[in-house]
Amino acid sequence: MPARRGAGSPGAAAAFAGLAAPWIALALLFTVLPMIFASGSALTMLSLMGIMIVFALSYNMLLGETGLLSFGHAVYYGLGGFLTVHAMNTVIHDHLPVPLPLMPLVGGFGGLLFGIIFGSVSTRRAGTAFAMISLGLGELVASSSLILRGFFGGEEGVTTNRTKLLRVFGLNFAPQIEVYYLIAAWCLLAMLAMYALRRTPFGRMCNAVRENAERAQFVGYNPTMVRFMAFSLAGLFAGVAGALAAINFELINSASVGAEQSGQVLLAAYIGGVGNFIGPVIGAVLVTWLRVMLSDLTDVWQLYFGLLFIGVVVFAPNGIAGLVMRHEPLWQARAYGSLLRLALAYLIALGPALLLLAGLIVVIEMSYHLSVKASEGPTISVFHLTLNTTSVWPWLGTAVLVVGGYLLFRRTWPIVDAAWNNALVAAQGAGKAK
Amino acid sequence: MTAPAIRLNDVHKSFGATRIIRGVSLTVPAGERHAIIGPNGAGKSTLFNLISGRLTPTSGTIELNGENVTGLAPYQINRRGLSRSFQVTNIFPRLSVWENVRCAVLWSLGYRYAFWRGIEGLADVRERTEHILAEIDLIDRRRVQAGVLTYAEQRALEIGITIAGGAGIILLDEPSAGMSVAEAARAVTLIRRVSQGRTLIMIEHDMDVVFDLADRISVLVYGQIIASDVPASIKQDRAVQTAYLGTAA
Repeated sequence: MPARRGAGSPGAAAAFAGLAAPWIALALLFTVLPMIFASGSALTMLSLMGIMIVFALSYNMLLGETGLLSFGHAVYYGLGGFLTVHAMNTVIHDHLPVPLPLMPLVGGFGGLLFGIIFGSVSTRRAGTAFAMISLGLGELVASSSLILRGFFGGEEGVTTNRTKLLRVFGLNFAPQIEVYYLIAAWCLLAMLAMYALRRTPFGRMCNAVRENAERAQFVGYNPTMVRFMAFSLAGLFAGVAGALAAINFELINSASVGAEQSGQVLLAAYIGGVGNFIGPVIGAVLVTWLRVMLSDLTDVWQLYFGLLFIGVVVFAPNGIAGLVMRHEPLWQARAYGSLLRLALAYLIALGPALLLLAGLIVVIEMSYHLSVKASEGPTISVFHLTLNTTSVWPWLGTAVLVVGGYLLFRRTWPIVDAAWNNALVAAQGAGKAK
Repeated sequence: MTAPAIRLNDVHKSFGATRIIRGVSLTVPAGERHAIIGPNGAGKSTLFNLISGRLTPTSGTIELNGENVTGLAPYQINRRGLSRSFQVTNIFPRLSVWENVRCAVLWSLGYRYAFWRGIEGLADVRERTEHILAEIDLIDRRRVQAGVLTYAEQRALEIGITIAGGAGIILLDEPSAGMSVAEAARAVTLIRRVSQGRTLIMIEHDMDVVFDLADRISVLVYGQIIASDVPASIKQDRAVQTAYLGTAA
């Protein structure tokens, strides 16, 4: 039986410390990160990651917690952002005594409001019908953003100036570092709130509705109400993320409510893993990093992005967090020896996998160059190598890489499989012995 | 005089041209253990679906403790004190046994859609969940995912979810189906215990279970109740013998 936790008992203190420790560590991490990665571009990337973490976690309230697949979640992100920009401009224009750090509340309110409005329609249905309605609503808002120019600012969007609001503690939020800490604070707050939401009667019933909406009805719950509330609250946090983006860029445009933005948050949450709270956080960090890094390195970064997504869907349907959590039983059973052997097996299989990947990358880059950029001359530079795309030798070489890597990978994969099975058996043995 | 727990007045249900329930009137007084028997396809499960709100009758009315509940949604009927189990196990497969029962406890304790208070700190929820798990003998399995329980354990969990909300009227759809003799005997003990002081209506094929538990039995054949009486009289009833019990009598 779980220990009875009375207020003030040592058990309660320990339990509270256990709950609070990861959050304090996270707060510390957020504080020191810009000291480690101090460059301007790193600071920008960290800010984008913070925004994306909030957005992806809000998406997970729908997909992961309640089982609602939305193709239009950017609507609440973008509308929250637009409302924030307009509110900031009003505050600046009328010299209202409102400081910038409170502005994400406006975004949250906007996201919640539109979540309530659109959610009252879309959450009457679950499954495919819900997904289709979300897609339709997304298109509706995206197309009206080009018509309602007063609010959306047409093609170029609406700009603002984050430095002109009421100053507190002498901060004007002109330097990126100040904006980073603003985003980090709101990110931490939103993460805490969304984590706490899962551990409430409502949060648990979201899971129940995801698992078996009909059974939930026969224990007294209206699944439509649960979905509607989850949708509205997800809208709230998406709106906060949109507000942070608006503050970060001092600009918001119609792209922020569009299908691409909706797709991106789906990808981030899914790649990270929707089964765990930490999954979308991992996904947000990775996807943001990839976007910035890959778009610097190659023009076809979206292709790699798509390949990554397909890879996750096919090979790791529970995302990166799911892959990691798969090893938790081994860790719990203290099967460290098996874990080490498993890690070695992974390393062995990694070599051929990297060969295969490198070959594929070169093929993609050469094909892209030949088909789009042939006028710039026949040579390209990949992995610090200069290759002539019109010569047969680079093609032959990469063919060897791809085919050889694939064959070697097929040879080494059984090693991983065997190590995995051995580890499971060992863990089960340890579990029985306890 | 108190109203009966359940009263059906000339209830009909058709799917297209097919008439499944053809004028059922049935009164179950509070506190009675009532069994519904009948051949396959007689409409027993459809009758349960009508009473619990899963289906809406084509005509006729259904009263719960004197209140007309015809056409209400399942969750509205559940909140008025009726809970049911399912013939095909209907649980939350990827949630733990503990979560399964806890979800079924929440509404009746008044927590509704509360998103502003932590669930772990709710002592009454924890105590009631523990109590139910002890009742269905799954306390040692509480951390296990419900979907990986054995069949008999899932049937017990199904009953646990059904009784967790403390409903005064319990509908059990073939609680002992697919069980071995020993498992069925344990199920009977469990049902007898949890139905104490409540109204129980159960569909059951196992005649030993029926005659062991029921205060009264209704026989449903082709969508109509052909007899409704105490077990001893049902055994003697000619119409029942020809229609259903056959050689069993």
